[in-house]
Parts: sequence; structure tokens; C-alpha cells
Amino acid sequence: MLKTFRIGGIHPNEHKLTAHCPVTPVAVPRQVAIMLNQHIGAPANCIVKKGDTVKVGTLIAEAGGFVSANIHSPVSGTVSKVDKAANAFGQYGTTIIIDTEGDEWEESIDRSPELKEEITLTSQEIIKKIAEAGIVGLGGATFPTHVKLMPPKEFKPTVLIVNATECEPYLTDDHALMLESPDQILVGCRILMKAINVEQAYIGIENNKPDAIALLQQHATRYPGITIVPLRTRYPQGGEKQLIDAILHKQVANGALPVSTGAIVQNVGTAFAVYEAVQKNKPLVDRVVTVTGDHIAKPGNYRIRLGMSMHELIDMAGGLPDDCAKVILGGPMMGKAVSNIDSPISKGCSGIVILDEKHAHRGTIEPCIRCGKCVSACPMGLEPFLLAKLSQNHLFDRAERELITSCLECGCCSYSCPSNRPILDYIRVGKNAVNRIIRSRKQS
Amino acid sequence: MVTSIIILSIIGLVSATLLYVISRKFHVEEDPRIDEIEAVLPGANCGGCGFAGCRNFAEQCAKATSLDNLLCPVGGNAVMQKIAPIVGMEAVEQAPRIAVVRCNGSCENRPRTSHYEGAHSCAVEAALYSGESNCNYGCLGEGDCAAACDFGGITMDPVTRLPIVDPNICIACGSCVKACPRNIIELRKRQEPRVYVACNNRDKGIIARKVCSVACIGCGKCAKSCPNGAIAITDNLAYIDDTLCLSCQACVEGCPTHAIHVVCETEKEKVSTNEKESAIC
Repeated sequence: MLKTFRIGGIHPNEHKLTAHCPVTPVAVPRQVAIMLNQHIGAPANCIVKKGDTVKVGTLIAEAGGFVSANIHSPVSGTVSKVDKAANAFGQYGTTIIIDTEGDEWEESIDRSPELKEEITLTSQEIIKKIAEAGIVGLGGATFPTHVKLMPPKEFKPTVLIVNATECEPYLTDDHALMLESPDQILVGCRILMKAINVEQAYIGIENNKPDAIALLQQHATRYPGITIVPLRTRYPQGGEKQLIDAILHKQVANGALPVSTGAIVQNVGTAFAVYEAVQKNKPLVDRVVTVTGDHIAKPGNYRIRLGMSMHELIDMAGGLPDDCAKVILGGPMMGKAVSNIDSPISKGCSGIVILDEKHAHRGTIEPCIRCGKCVSACPMGLEPFLLAKLSQNHLFDRAERELITSCLECGCCSYSCPSNRPILDYIRVGKNAVNRIIRSRKQS
Repeated sequence: MVTSIIILSIIGLVSATLLYVISRKFHVEEDPRIDEIEAVLPGANCGGCGFAGCRNFAEQCAKATSLDNLLCPVGGNAVMQKIAPIVGMEAVEQAPRIAVVRCNGSCENRPRTSHYEGAHSCAVEAALYSGESNCNYGCLGEGDCAAACDFGGITMDPVTRLPIVDPNICIACGSCVKACPRNIIELRKRQEPRVYVACNNRDKGIIARKVCSVACIGCGKCAKSCPNGAIAITDNLAYIDDTLCLSCQACVEGCPTHAIHVVCETEKEKVSTNEKESAIC
């Protein structure tokens, strides 16, 4: 019996249409737009101005605080303007727009394809290099990686967990990356292990990717301390707390940091980016994005330069199909529907899912029949129907007691509801309100 | 049978004595005026006065040293006049107020760029994205304000999808102000006529104008034309201070985007000299 997490979870139809598409590099876009707030935490501070020439890998924005990340130019060319522009959800933020000229890279970046296995740097130097490269969690949460590698002093990490579960339906970017560069990922794991001084690492892969499991197991024999753990396919296994539970059989206490169990979790894409940053001096300027959908002409896993327009990438994959009803940024479970398709792709974008009329729409909302399906599906053991009702009625103190802040917004409750109730929609509003209340209480 | 009656009677007697003793021992002296004031209040428990219901407001009135800052918005000045003799103070006549919707983003003025399908709540929609139009400050049209109004004073216009405040019903309790996730609704003085900026967009003029044809672009023309200095521009948005506004309407003509509205209540229909007509979505 394969391992999985203990509470709740669902198994939606996988729809991994692009599972066997290799990573395809996409031509350098003519123009890129770089948002300054594409990670969790403080937005970066722009350090270039209109007219500046930049190369691929030139630092264009510096981290704006402890929890923040550097941003580098993904193309070579001239900064055409620094202005407010709308993101995928129509919200405005400062954006650097660069017109591409040629494809000239910073000299320090090693672009040779050879694998560099030897790790010469110390733990501190590795973390510094990761911070300089502007690496953030590439699974979608975009939490700055270097911050995660420096846990509070009272916690001593004992194990590294690499999240290669890719539990979201449709998405296959991590899968394609594992098949393409298994050695780079494993060296990336060794680097992360050295950075946090641990001797043991687990790479959790769901059993719907048997080829990736076999390939990594075969390569992992050369790297001491790395174990590949096949997991039973179940959503949301990629959640930090769920993955720790699945692999270590330890539960993170309510409100505690995941590192309190001794585990630090990183995404497999992040491990690859760490390899490139530490061994090849390459900052985070590109990533793999899955473009998929039932009726799209050329679905696939594309390696794109960050800041490329979403529209351009979709055009490259065959354009929007006629019956396109919804474009989702990220996976269909946790991703959000896009209202502005001309927005740039940011560091946290793992996929673009294009849904047709048949799959895109929500059903009619019916009354709650108290069946309790959302309660059994919730991976955090909460009572979603109650939390939704409490936030709908503005009973935030009660919602706080019912641990609304533990919700990870995975959407299992809304997915399993036979009455199509927008449970997560209301929980999200309540969670924001409760977090606001907690913050203001701390301040006063 | 007889024993049961006797036992029950004894229990009843003991309990009654106990209750009497306790009620005497723990008797709380309460200001009798609180009950009197509460009887005068409308009993809507809307919270518009800023206190938790009518009883709490009555307690505050009994405690207060002056009635200057206390007003029951439902009862208005009439109720305050009744409360004044009870507490032995003068009630200050306060200008009546009304809820004003500071957005004119109807479908024609502000084209919709996406179709929202989630839960019918402005709070939910605002937590997700900019809304069906690209305006990050405008009305979302799901009617949280109409649902929050205890008096049925707000209806959603099916044509423009903007809320309409009924001036005959609105008592300025402020429930809608709190319910609106984008702070579009404001309580303003019931002036005759009322002049206000029907926009809440704080983006730069060029962005604001791109998403909505009747957005305030913060050009400052109105501020210059105001004889009383009632208009200030903050964050690319003009705001007319209702305590200074003389309702002279000098600002209205110059506004390049027709963002300043004039509303006369005395005329039967809502009359606006400067408002663009809206088409059906």
C-alpha cells in the first residue's frame, strides 16, 4: 500500500493531457513585462529606469524586505518604461517593460549543458546565492526560497522533502522537467540538503507518473541520502502539511510552522532552479509552463522566459479554441480564472488551463443538504460548510475559533459539494477578514 | 399522591424564597431613564448610531454629558428632541444625511471585460479580482449593500447594475457603507441640490479613463473652479467636502469626464444635469 496523507482529500479526474510532451523551448518574446510583486512578501524595488540597456540575468529589481526576492531581466534589450500595468486579475502594479534586442547573456552565467555535480560552496554561501538569484517557490506559492532555508533558530531541520507530486489535474510541468533533467534536480536536492545541513532527503512523486519514479530511482542511486517515495495519487498531496504527513507520518500542529516537524519542503522545479543558480550562476529568468486544455491545438510543456505575455504563449500553442470559456492561471483546483489575458507570466505560473463551455461553468447553487461531503474531503479536518456560513454571516470570532485560518484553499470542499455551493469563495473572504483582525490585534 | 404534592410544594417554596433572597442580595441599581429612552427609540437595532443596538444607545444617552455626538439616524432629530427632556439636556439639531453611491460605472460607461460566475457577493468577487470591468475601485454590482440595508432602501438597478438609494427610505444608518468592500458608498449631507464626485478610482487618469469613460481623472479643474475651496484632489481623485460645499455647481460644467453629479430631491425624478445616460448591459 502506497503512502498518502491521512485526512480528507479527493481524486479528481487527472486529465494529464501533456504528460508525454517533452519540454519545448519557446522563442524569446519581442517584449517582456516584469511585475515587481510576483512573489509573496514585499514587492521588489525597481533599480532600472527608462532607456537602460540590460542583458539576460541583469538585476533589475532588488528585494524590498526580508520576505521578498530579487528580479532579473529575462531578455536582453532596453527598458522601454516602468509603469503601472494590470496583472492577470486586472489589478494594477508597477511593471518593468523591456523591448528585446538580440539574446545577450551576462558573462557570469555558465550556459554549457554539462552537468556540474561537485558542490564547493558552504551552507551560508549557497543560501546567499539562492537569494541573489531571486528564487521563489515554483509550485505556485512563490514564497522566497532563501527565507524558507533559514528557519527560526528554535527549529532544527532534520530532513528535506522535495515536492514532485504535481497533484493538480492537467498540470505536467514538473513531470516533464523530471524526465528532462533528473540529474540536475538531484544535484539541486544535494545543494538544498547542504544548505540546511541535513543528510536525508525524500522526493515524493505520485504513482500516476511511473516513468518519472523509475527514472529518478535509477539516477538517485548515485546521490547519497536521497530516497524516492512513490505516493498514492491524491489531491492536495502537494500541500506542505499534507506532504509531510504522507512521507514522515507527522502532523503539523495548528498554527505551527511546517519546519516544527523537522522537515523543509521545496518544490522540484525550485530544486532545478537552485541547481542552475548555484552551479551555473543563472538567476531565475525562465521556467516550464504547461499550456493545456481539451480543445487546444498544440498542448505542451513550454520553457518560456518570464514576463512573456500569456496571450503570446497561448498563440504559440495553437491559439484560443473557438469554444474557449475560461482561462485558468495555475491548475484547475487552486488556480484562478484570468480576466486579462494580455498580462505577463510571472514566476509562480505553473500552467495555463483552457477550459471549454462544457467544463468551465459552475452548476446552479442549491441549498446545503448537510451531507458532510465537504467535511470528509477537507484535508485540514475543518468543517467547510460551517466556516462558509460563519463568514457569510460575518461571525468572524466564531470562525477564528473554528480555525478558519488553517484553510489552505485547496478547493476540495467546493469540488465535493453536490449542491454546487461556493464554499471556498466564502471561506476565502472570512479567512482574509480573520487574518486582518488578528493582525490589528497584534498591532494594538 | 399526597406526599408528591407536599414534596413539590416544599421544593417550590424553598426555590421561591431562594430566588427572592438572591434577587434582593444581587439587585443592580439601573438608571430608570434608560428604559424611558429605550421606549422612545424606534427599536430597529440597526447599529447606525455606532452602538450595539437601541438599548446600548439608550445607556450611552443616559451616561453622556452632552448629546452633541449622539444621534439616532432612524428617529432623527424628532427622537433626539424626545430624549433631550428625559436626560435634561439640549438636543443639537443635526443635518440629515443620506447614502451616496460614488460610482457611475454602468455597462456603457465601463465596458465589461469578463463574466463573473462565483458566489453572488461583492466581498467574494473583490477578494478574487478586479471585477467584471477592469476598474479596481468601482461598483461590483452583486448587491451586498442592498442586502445589508435593514430598511429596503437600496435596490440594484437591473439596467446599470448599480445600486439606487431611495431618498425617502434611507436614514443614513451606514450599514451599506460597512458592507461595501470597495468603500464606494458614503454618507453625505442632504443638501439641495447634492453635488458629489461619482467616482472612487484612485488610479492615474490615463488608467482610470481607459477602464471607464466617466471616471475622475484627477485633473483638478473642479478644485480650481470651487469658490469655497471645498474640493481637494488626493490620489488622483477629487473629493467634495460636504461641510464646505455651497451647492453652487461651479465645478460641474468643467468636468471633462462628467464625473460630478448633481442630484435634486425636491423634483420628483432624480435630475442630473451632467450625468451620461446608461444603456442596457
